[in-house]
Amino acid sequence: MNDKQEKLIDKKGIRLDGRKADELRSLKMQVGVLPNADGSAYVEHGKNKILVGVFGPREVHPKHLSRPDRMVIKCRYHMAPFSVPERKSPAPSRREVELSKVIRESLEPALFPELYPRTGIDVYIEVLQADGGTRCASITAAALAIADSGIPMRDLVVACAAGKVEDTVVVDLYDAEDKLGAADVPVAYMPNLNAVTLLQMDGILTPDELEKAMNMAIDGCKQIYVMQKEALKNKYMNVKEENKEEEPEE
Amino acid sequence: MPTFFEAKQLVTPGEILAEGEYQVGENTYLEGGKIYASRIGLVDCDNKKVNVVALRAFYVPKPGDIIIGSVIEVGFNGWTIDIKSPYTAMLRASDVLSRPFKPQNDELSQVLDAGDLIVAKIASYDRAHDPQLTVGEPGLGKITRGQLMRVIPTKIPRIIGRKGSMISMIKTETNCQIILGLNGMILVTGKTTAEEELAMAAIKKIEDESHTSGLTDRITQLLKEEKAKLEPKVEPNPEENKQ
Repeated sequence: MNDKQEKLIDKKGIRLDGRKADELRSLKMQVGVLPNADGSAYVEHGKNKILVGVFGPREVHPKHLSRPDRMVIKCRYHMAPFSVPERKSPAPSRREVELSKVIRESLEPALFPELYPRTGIDVYIEVLQADGGTRCASITAAALAIADSGIPMRDLVVACAAGKVEDTVVVDLYDAEDKLGAADVPVAYMPNLNAVTLLQMDGILTPDELEKAMNMAIDGCKQIYVMQKEALKNKYMNVKEENKEEEPEE
Repeated sequence: MPTFFEAKQLVTPGEILAEGEYQVGENTYLEGGKIYASRIGLVDCDNKKVNVVALRAFYVPKPGDIIIGSVIEVGFNGWTIDIKSPYTAMLRASDVLSRPFKPQNDELSQVLDAGDLIVAKIASYDRAHDPQLTVGEPGLGKITRGQLMRVIPTKIPRIIGRKGSMISMIKTETNCQIILGLNGMILVTGKTTAEEELAMAAIKKIEDESHTSGLTDRITQLLKEEKAKLEPKVEPNPEENKQ
C-alpha cells in the first residue's frame, strides 16, 4: 500500500498523471454532433469520452407516466461494453440505475418542468470510455445537449469532483485516484445562480477538508463552465465569422 | 438598473441579462430581481423589455396560428394530426365536412388519410387540452402539390422579414407560392421544380444565417445568381433548334 501511495502524488505535489493538486484534466466539448437527436453533445474530459442525445419535449410513453402538471425527465446513463478495460455487461447495472437517477436529479433544477405539462424529455448518456469522474462529465455533457435542443433552462449545469489523495485535497480525480484515494466528492453546480444541484461524498473527510474539497470542485466547475459556454456559442460563431460580422463577444 | 449585454449578443442559458427596471420578454426569466436568458439566442432590448431570439426552440401551439401538419391517424370522429410540437393536435370531422357528420354515412379516410398533409389553424389550446385544429377558412385544407421543408420555428419571423419584405422578395424572384406554417413547416409551390428548389435554398440559407446581419443582401444576391444559372438553360434550346 505504501508503494502505491508514493506513486499517487510526489513530494513536489505533482500527481501521477503530472497534474498539480488544483489542476483539471484537459477538456474538449462539441455541441450538435447527432443530427437525429433534438440536441446532442460530445465531451472529452481527460480520458472520459461521453456522448449525450436529448429528445423532446414529446409525448410520454407509456402514457401513465405522463404528469398533468409538468414535464417528466427521463435519464439513462449507460456505459458501453468497451468503455472499461474489463468488458462491462451492456445490461443496466445497479450502479448505472443509481447514476441515472442522480444525474436526472442534478439536471432537474435547471429546467422548467411546469411549462410543458403532459410531455417528457429523454436524456441518453452513453459513456464510450471511462476514466473516473464519468458522472460529472455526463452532467456537463447532458446540460450542453439540453441547451442545444432548445429546451428552456435556468442555467447550464456543470459538474466537477474533488477528493483526498495522500492527505492532499485535489480536484478532478481520475480513475486511479478515485480507486486508491481516500475520498471523492462530486459536485454539480449552476454557476450563474450559485446553486449546488448535486453533492455526494464517497470516503472519509474532516469537515474542513470537505469544505476545501467543495470549494475546489466549485472552482473547477467555474473553469469548465467557461468552456461549456464557448462550445455552445461555437456552433453559431462559425457562421458569423464567415460573413465577417461584428463580433459582440465579451 | 444596468444591462449586461450588447445588442444582438449571443447568449447561453443562464447568462444574466439585466437587473432592475427591465421587463421579462421571450426566452428569459426573472429570479431575485435579475433577468436571465433561458435559451441560446441573440438578446435585444425593446422598450425596457429584454428578449432573446432563440436559435434553437420547438413549436408551442397558440390559438390563431396557421400551421402545416400531417395526419397520423384516422379516428372515429376526426383525425390526429402531427404538428411538429410536443403535443399532437385533433381535427374534428364536423369541421372538415360542411354538413353534420354521420359516422354511418361518411368514411373519414376518403376525406383525409394517414400521411396526408394539411394547412390548418389552431382553434384552441391550453395547458390541460391538446390543440384543436380548424380548416374552415379560405386557404386552409389538404395540400395537393408543392414541396415541404422544415425549419426551426423561431426562424419564421426572420424568413418573413420586416413587414414581409424577405418572403415577398423570395416569392416574386422565384414565382413560387410559399405558405409558412408557424410550426416551422413550409410549403413551397412553384411552376417548376427548379424554382421550388431555389426558393427552398434561399429559405435554408436564412435559417442557417438568421443570426447575422446583412442577410437580405446576401439572399438577393443568391437568388439573382441562381436565377441566372436557371435561365440560360431555357434559352439555348430554341437556338439549337434554329441551327
